[in-house]
Amino acid sequence: MSDGAARAGQPSVLIPVAPGTNRNQELADAFARAGARTTQIPLAALRQGETKLVDHQILALPGGFSYGDALGAGRLLGLDITSWFGDQLQEAVSRHMPIIGICNGFQALVAAGLLPGGGQPAALVANESGRFECRWVTLEPGPAPSPWLDGLTGPIRCPVAHGEGRLTVADPVAVEGHVAFRYLDDTGGPAAGRYPHNPNGSVGDVAGLVDTTGLVLGLMPHPEDHVDPRQDPQRGRRHDGLARGLFEAGVRAVTA
Amino acid sequence: MVGPGHADQTEAGPLAQARLFGFDVERIEQFRLYHLEGDLSADDLDRLAGALLTEPVGQWWSTAEEHLAAVAGQPEGLPGPPGCRVVEVGLRPGVTDREGAELVRASRELGFDVQAASVARRLVVTGRLSDAQLAALSSGVLHNEVVERWAEGLLEPAFTDPEAKSPGTDHLVVRRGTDAELAAVSRSRRLGLSLPEMRAVAEHFEALDRDPTDAELETIAQTWSEHCSHKTFRARITFDDPAAAPVDGLLDTYLRAATDRIAAPWVRSAFVDNAGIVAFDDHHDLAIKVETHNHPSALEPFGGANTGVGGVVRDILGVSAKPVAVTDVLCFGPLDLDPAEVPAGVLHPRRIRSGVVAGVGDYGNKIGVPTVAGAIVHDPSYTTTPLVFAGCVGLLPHGSHRTRPQAGDAVVVLGGAVGRDGVGGATFSSQSMGAETADIAGSSVQIGDPLIEKGLIDVVVAARDAGLYNAITDCGAGGLSSAVGEMAEGLGAEVDLALVPRKYPGLAPWEVWLSEAQERMVLACPDPAAVLALAARWQVGADVIGRFTGDGRLVVRDGDDVVVDLDTGFLHDGRPPLELRAAVLDSARPPRRPVAADPAAALLALLAHPSIRSNEAVVRTFDHEVLGGTVIRPYGGVAGDAPADGTVLVPPGTPGPRGYAIGVGVNVVLGRYDTEAMAWATVDEAVRNAVAAGADPGQLSLLDNFSWGNPTDPTTLAQLVAACRGCHDAALAYGAPFVSGKDSLYNEFVGPDGRPDPVTPTLVITALGVVPDVDQGAPVTGVTAPDHDVWLVGPVAGALGGSHFDDMLGADHGGPVPAPDPAAPARHRAVHAAISGGLVRSAHDLAEGGLAVAAAEWALGGRLGLRLLDGDAVGDDVLFGEGPARYLLEVAPADGARLAELIPGATRIGVTTALPAVSIGGGALQVGLDAIRTAFVHPGGDLAATPTTTTNPEGGPR
Repeated sequence: MSDGAARAGQPSVLIPVAPGTNRNQELADAFARAGARTTQIPLAALRQGETKLVDHQILALPGGFSYGDALGAGRLLGLDITSWFGDQLQEAVSRHMPIIGICNGFQALVAAGLLPGGGQPAALVANESGRFECRWVTLEPGPAPSPWLDGLTGPIRCPVAHGEGRLTVADPVAVEGHVAFRYLDDTGGPAAGRYPHNPNGSVGDVAGLVDTTGLVLGLMPHPEDHVDPRQDPQRGRRHDGLARGLFEAGVRAVTA
Repeated sequence: MVGPGHADQTEAGPLAQARLFGFDVERIEQFRLYHLEGDLSADDLDRLAGALLTEPVGQWWSTAEEHLAAVAGQPEGLPGPPGCRVVEVGLRPGVTDREGAELVRASRELGFDVQAASVARRLVVTGRLSDAQLAALSSGVLHNEVVERWAEGLLEPAFTDPEAKSPGTDHLVVRRGTDAELAAVSRSRRLGLSLPEMRAVAEHFEALDRDPTDAELETIAQTWSEHCSHKTFRARITFDDPAAAPVDGLLDTYLRAATDRIAAPWVRSAFVDNAGIVAFDDHHDLAIKVETHNHPSALEPFGGANTGVGGVVRDILGVSAKPVAVTDVLCFGPLDLDPAEVPAGVLHPRRIRSGVVAGVGDYGNKIGVPTVAGAIVHDPSYTTTPLVFAGCVGLLPHGSHRTRPQAGDAVVVLGGAVGRDGVGGATFSSQSMGAETADIAGSSVQIGDPLIEKGLIDVVVAARDAGLYNAITDCGAGGLSSAVGEMAEGLGAEVDLALVPRKYPGLAPWEVWLSEAQERMVLACPDPAAVLALAARWQVGADVIGRFTGDGRLVVRDGDDVVVDLDTGFLHDGRPPLELRAAVLDSARPPRRPVAADPAAALLALLAHPSIRSNEAVVRTFDHEVLGGTVIRPYGGVAGDAPADGTVLVPPGTPGPRGYAIGVGVNVVLGRYDTEAMAWATVDEAVRNAVAAGADPGQLSLLDNFSWGNPTDPTTLAQLVAACRGCHDAALAYGAPFVSGKDSLYNEFVGPDGRPDPVTPTLVITALGVVPDVDQGAPVTGVTAPDHDVWLVGPVAGALGGSHFDDMLGADHGGPVPAPDPAAPARHRAVHAAISGGLVRSAHDLAEGGLAVAAAEWALGGRLGLRLLDGDAVGDDVLFGEGPARYLLEVAPADGARLAELIPGATRIGVTTALPAVSIGGGALQVGLDAIRTAFVHPGGDLAATPTTTTNPEGGPR
């Protein structure tokens, strides 16, 4: 389905929907607020060539439980990405297409080897608590350079909702330059591995990664769930941490 | 075999549970185990495991045999040093195994020859255990007999037999049967049909001059079951008291009657469909339904709760609505129950709770619908009969639900294939349970597959918007028999079972027809090809299995064999009416006896009460954010650890600021003493919770859910009549109609001694209301600023009879239970006027534990203090009494005059303070926030102990 009528010069965001994907509509809404046109398409229809990756300007992989998290969160979707769309993806990357994967989308990008990239092994495994966790977190953008982060002037706040979000890497030093978001505590200091500020026990409080180009971004928390002040559980107490700027930056990167 | 193993050290983990049961165990480590069938070389295995089974960092794999050899210690580890025992647990063949199915699919896509795969687990147990103890540990803690099998050492892989043959169709002799013969037929097939019902069946087939097939008899039993026909709620009830007028159906006399009398313009559909439908805005309606899934959850907590959520979500799809919120009220026995006191055939409350919680979360999270409202309630009677109430709210464009199948429409089944799972579920859940039920009813319980249901949501919503069906319903209890049977009522349908997709061969025709395999919907489609194409696009199964005929007969074939040929008139109207007798209740209460309890200690004990204390840790395992519309969450405040009253959401796809609120009421303590008072109090609680969150009390809709014991017991029935009367009267008083409901009866456990142990009468009321403007008129959770005024709405004192204060003390000290308050509806309206006028910064209702508990929770939310009733003498009735329509409101001093105008009778009782402590009555009760938080979040000690000390154990306010 294509959401809304196209305007001239409006970038198009492709949002594939695998069996079990469920945050696609919120992601589409967040990009629509940022001025993009969105196409949500079942994976089977994408596989049959109903549209091609390169006909769009941004690829966005939403959250959910693709394939029911069978064999590990994001693994089978990651396999689809490499085995069905490997060539298209190569072309998209070579054309500098911004790609974002959120939660299950992030897990799939890691499983597909696109993040952190460069052949560095990484995995998103079961939370340290052993439980699915749904709670709001505070995120500090950077330090890795990325067009997705341009214009994010301070920390953002948004919910996590996952059971397998603990980043583990073979070499923590080597991913340092890939860090796109870190968990903070509620005073703005580093979460320093403390639960619940770092909700899953990720190494180095890492909540999100970019590849070496900065164009491919993945993160466990859900910025698409804080694009309107109405969504903020602290509404009536404070007004900050809106995550809308992330989607605006992505759209700006392909319209500038 | 995939490692490293995971040793779950949490309270719900196997080690903690094993120790709770008294096993001498040091460590339990769990590994993932995969059984693969196919032609795979060692190199294939290595590549397959690398691609599909292990992560590139920190994981390894080996064959099960190699790993076993490496870890197995002395099997006779007793006595002497602890040894390692290896237990393997896998699903029984035919139980839903989504991961195994995906493993087959993915392996084949990668070019591996894998015929079948299943997922199991290996547990390495370190401890001193005899063989008998190991077996007891496995069945008590490590696996569930109902859906799983186990072995010490290597578990034989078990795949379904691809060559199995169908046993075909039987005829059962009922014509000219004696009473004993008819009763024997009903009993041997577990039909649950009474003798008068069996006689009606026999007479019907005598007139037809033939005997029924097994499929026909099963169809009739399902259709006439308590679960499907609600015969108790339609029965004629007479009373032991000759002066009492008989009641001709509780549903018509009380519940539907209240709705008819209120005649609310916002009610679009009540009691006639899978769910109630009410107006939301000019273009959209909301659908709502709450279901019970008690019997299955007692036997297989994860699967029971899982399919409970799945079932109620399909009820919402069954009225063409997109599911947008899930609710859950969960009732368990005492968590600290001595395992020795758990009857045979019953799981420990802790195990039931962890399974149910995981089952609710797994389903809601995976279908992408936020689980937003509910409660967890504890009562000793829930040990043998735990209760699971699962609810769902849906959104649909006004007028988009079509309900009339047409002759010539195709019968289309969407979703999964059928198996032997859930065969006989409706009759099973309509009967009492006993120690042997788990063995007999194993196939009545099943595991859900939320992945398929997510696909169903996408396809049904798209099919609705494209106008591709004339009618829709879900396959719930009774499977196709009840789904097609209901749709064909008066119209007729012809179905060929050979066209129904199966999970495995060997099913009898009646099993295919009755199977309760989850995640299926039935549609009446004029153009089935369009629906099939849509389903294929979303990778959802879809099959045409017959057509609606117009001849008024329900005809089911299996290829060329006719297995059912029934008149739909007999099926739906042929059941002989039920007559029941009710006793006379004595609800008189003894006068109140004085109690000596230190107020601060009592407050802390109440905050730790099993039905009051924080469930945040549970609620955070449920995704309450997905869809992005959540405005007020179950837990809120500065640190997200304070309980909200109602929850508020803006439906996805609507622009706001209009939203809706869900309020839930349940009070099992009152259920012990006075079910009519319970009904009033529960309706008020649901209304109060919704209004405190911003809902307009002038546009509320209610749902009633009863979980009761055996209605053939005259006292139990009298309690049910009283509760229904209370529901009726309260609904009229509040102007809030019932739009849907569900009764679950026979919630009793018949122990080995033959004595029934019934559940305490439990009523859950759900209120759904419109919040006109969530941006301006939905108060936040927890107080917001110091030096604001605190206003109390309603009487300053409440009732202590039937209170949580008494329950916490472990004794009934008498005194009247909360009475209906004629002024309550006006107070709800006035509070809403103040909230929607923007005067209320935060609000909290007075509920379990009264003023003191409300103040403590409210202060905790804001990390601020409260100083209330500073110059007044306060008794237990002021601090802990309970009653209807009472609220605390935080109001800026400048707004006080306007508030007093809007809420006549509201009292300014104190202020919010920067000092983080709650003080009531000039220090009569004084407790610091740290102590409040510790009690509320980390309860410990003997909860029933009487707090008699006069010193605050936390040393006063901090």
